[in-house]
Order: sequence, then C-alpha cells, then structure tokens
Amino acid sequence: MRRLERFKLGYRVAILVGALLLMTAPLFLSNWIIFVVAIGCAKGIVVLGVVLLLRGGLISLGHGLYYAAGAYAVAIALNRWNIRATLFLIPLSLLAGGGMAALTGLLLRRYRGIFFAMLSLAFSMILYTVLFKFYDVTGGTDGMRIHLTKESSSLFHYYLTLILTMGVIYLGRRFIMSRLGYMMQAVRYNEIRVEYMGASVSKVIYFSYVFSGFLGGLGGGLVALNVGHVAPELAYWTACADFVFVAVLGGATHVLAPFLGSIVFEFVKNYAFKFSPNTWQMTLGGILLVIIFFLPQGLWSLTEAIERKVIQWQLSLKQ
Amino acid sequence: MAVILETVSLHKHFGMVKAADNVNLRISEGEVVGIVGSNGSGKTTLLNLITGYLKPTCGEIRFQNKNITGLSPREVVALGIARSFQIPQLYTGLTVLENMLIAVSTRSGKSWDSWTPLHRNGWKEEAFGILKRFGFENDARQVVANLPEGGRKLLDVAMSFILKPKILLMDEPTSGVSVKEKSSVMDALLKALKDAGVTSVFVEHDVEIVERYAERVLAFDNGRIIADGPVNDVLADTTVRQVVLGVE
Repeated sequence: MRRLERFKLGYRVAILVGALLLMTAPLFLSNWIIFVVAIGCAKGIVVLGVVLLLRGGLISLGHGLYYAAGAYAVAIALNRWNIRATLFLIPLSLLAGGGMAALTGLLLRRYRGIFFAMLSLAFSMILYTVLFKFYDVTGGTDGMRIHLTKESSSLFHYYLTLILTMGVIYLGRRFIMSRLGYMMQAVRYNEIRVEYMGASVSKVIYFSYVFSGFLGGLGGGLVALNVGHVAPELAYWTACADFVFVAVLGGATHVLAPFLGSIVFEFVKNYAFKFSPNTWQMTLGGILLVIIFFLPQGLWSLTEAIERKVIQWQLSLKQ
Repeated sequence: MAVILETVSLHKHFGMVKAADNVNLRISEGEVVGIVGSNGSGKTTLLNLITGYLKPTCGEIRFQNKNITGLSPREVVALGIARSFQIPQLYTGLTVLENMLIAVSTRSGKSWDSWTPLHRNGWKEEAFGILKRFGFENDARQVVANLPEGGRKLLDVAMSFILKPKILLMDEPTSGVSVKEKSSVMDALLKALKDAGVTSVFVEHDVEIVERYAERVLAFDNGRIIADGPVNDVLADTTVRQVVLGVE
C-alpha cells in the first residue's frame, strides 16, 4: 500500500473516531459542553456556506441574513402557527435561508470584492432593522422565546444537530468536488476564461450563493432550536463578521475546517468570557492575530502539517 | 469551400484611434489563415471583435451566414467559435488536469451542477486523451502556475480545442515557446485541428512560422487589411515588407 493511501486511511479512521466520540459524548461530558458543541456544529454549517463562497473569491459579510431568516422561520412557525414537527421546521429553515439567498443573489451575483461584501452586509442590516422594528411579529429587541414541546429535549436537539451536520458535511464535500465547486474556483482564478469556455459566471455564482443561503438557513434553524430564543442580533453585522472570523480561523481547504473552527471558536468565546468578561473580544482578536501569523491557512492546516510530518517520518524509517 | 466567417465594413474606434478600420474579410471552411502585422496594428482587436470581447463601432460579423455582431463571448462559443489568448487565460491555482476537466465538463453545459463529481471517469479519459495529444501526459498533476510560459500557452489552446469548435482563433500560439519547440508545437496543433476539421486562424509575429503553416495570410496595419492572399504573394508584397516585416 502506498504511503499516501495509508495516510488517507488513517485520516478516515480519525474522522470516524471523531464522529463516534461526538455521538457518544452525552454519556461522558456535561450538558454545557454538549450544548457548546451543538452550537458549534450548527454555526459551522453557516460557516461552511461562507467558505464555499470564499473558495470562489467572494467574501460574504451578510450571512447573518440567512442565519436569522432560518432561526426566525422556526420561531414564528412554533410560536405563531403552533407547528411543532421538527420534520417540518428544519425544511422551513432551509427554505427561509435559501429563498432569501435566491432573491438577494439576483443582485449580488453582479458584484465582486468589497462591493459584494458591503452589499451582502447591507441586506443583512436591512433584515436586522425589520426584525428590530416589527415588534408584533418578531418581538422587537426582546426577540422571541421558542415554546418547545416536552419531547424535544436538549439531547434530542444535540443529536438532530449532529446528524444534520454529518449530512451537510457529505453534501459540502460533494459540492466542493462537483463541477459547480470547481467552477467557483475557476471563477476566482479567471472569469474571462470561464465565459470563453461557454459557461456563465453569473449562474455559477448565483447557484453557489443559493446553496450557501440554504446552509445559512439550516444553521439558523438549528441554533434557534438549541438555544430556544431568537433575537435581531442574529442578523447584526457582528454576527455576520463572526462567520467570516470563523472561516478564517478554521480555513477553507477542507469541508471539515469550518466545523473545527466553529467548535474551537465557541469554546474560546466561552472561556474568554468567563475569564475576562469585559475584554473577551480582545482575547478573540489576539487569537485571530496569532492564527493569521502562524497558521495563515487556518487551524485545518495543522492537519496538513501533521500529514507532511507523518510522511517524512515514514520516509526516514525506510532509510 | 463555403464561407465560415465574414466581416463586412467592420470598424472599432477607441476615441481617435482606429483599431479596426473598414475590415472586410472572408474565411472559408478548413482554411489555415495567418494574421501578421506590427504591434498595435489591430490583429488582437479583430479577434476580440469576432469573439464578442469588444463590440464594434459599426459593421457586421457573420458566422455561417448568421449575423453574430454584438453577441456575448458565451453566445459566440456556443455557435462554435473558440479562441486562445495572447496572455494565456487559465485557472492558475488548479492543476493541468483540473483545468482540462473543467473545460471538458463545461462543454456539456449545466455548469451549476453541484452533484456530478468533476473527476468522473468519462471526462477524465477525454481530458487525459487531449493532454496526451498536446504533450502534457507527465504534467497532469502539475499546478498551472508552475508551468513554463510555452506550456501555459499550449494548454490555453488545448482548452479551446476541447470545446470542439468549428473555427479556432489563436492569438500568438507560439510566443513564449522556445525556438526549438515552436515547430513541434505548431505541427501538433495544426495536425490536431486539421484532423478535427477545424478552421484555424492564428496571429503570429514569427514570419517563418507563418510561411510554413499558413495557407493564406492577412497583413494588418493601422487597423486595415493591407494585403490578403497566398503566403508567398503577401510576404513578397513591398508594403508588407516595409510596414510589417521592417524590410526595406
């Protein structure tokens, strides 16, 4: 067996062990850790959407829009329409995010660089204002507490999040390896060539954006179910910036990177808040600086560094 | 032979500069046409006009008797006109194979397909076939940015070739290729195009290459065609020798 193939097998085994650990985590970890992991996974789904766009050279500063749309769709369905079937709530959050992205994407697909980033942010801030002002529907600044049923325990939401995260990882991987995934990279490197191959840059960006919006909506829906509360801050620019922060933290080279980044981010944020409640943002900023200096490709690049070390070690053993 | 490409009174002005000045040309199916001219004479502008990168100021472009003036690059490609570029236009961060696979997959449309893997078997075989034909069999896993300029140029042409065009317009296909390799590159290129029945138009500065490979030559100066005909006649023309070749 070749060294690389052997390493890849080890890699897959490590991922499988990680998945098994997460599945059995409630047996040996306390509830607050399980909650943080669930939130990390749910937000990781949104970050994956941001990362898929980053691979096409597009920085979305407005994913809070789809995240909030998904979360509020779940909250409104539960509280106002009294719909309690998870089987309905999850597709609803997906549709809310994807539908919003299908609308905003019509305009956003024409822009690149800073214009794309700022316009996407503007859309998110519009939703923030709507959520903030329409008190009767959205609960205004207080947001909405979600009335869950007795059956829907935190453990149920943890497993729901975990299973859906695994499904999203599969779909995300499929997307990255697909024609559209590669076309997004092609767009980043050379739009002229894409057009001269007979493909539409605009369509490539649009369909990727809508896919990314679906992920944003799903992540928002899962966060709403896990937290049991939604607020306009989900669409605020700081929430949008968090997703980009985590995308940089995790890296964009692997489908698992956003999830690693997101879970690490949630833990760091929790501990930073615990140990320095008034300056926790400074701690986060410091960590990002360290990552940019020492791991410019994100935390996931550590696994690639390990891969190189293992191969070198195997080579030295042969000699 | 039927006329495949025709321009009628084609003009393109950039302010006071006339990049294309009343260009009338007819290219027949299966022809191998070389375009010569000094820098800034309007050769690349003509290619840009035909392929929809630029819109003409006035005049008409016809492809297989259909007016294609003002169509977008994508629409032009869909009709069967492909081009390669003076500065190779590639996906530099991807490998040679990935560049080729994207080209193969694009031909069948549905670029928004987020399910079918790019590395699927049928496409891979076709991509490897073309890579072999163009001498890239050992460079398939190489990142394009690491290829020498000549290699990138050839890959640029190969990617256009894979679209199975009816006519291929090549902008200086051998620039950046070493003198030794120029002939072998052109041999491989024109053989592949001839075998596939593709009409070829190439812009070239190297007169030896034009003499050897073109069946017909168009000479440009100041946006105008100053000579059009068989290679030997055009290259022997006094004006062409003075203006284009710089020979007294």
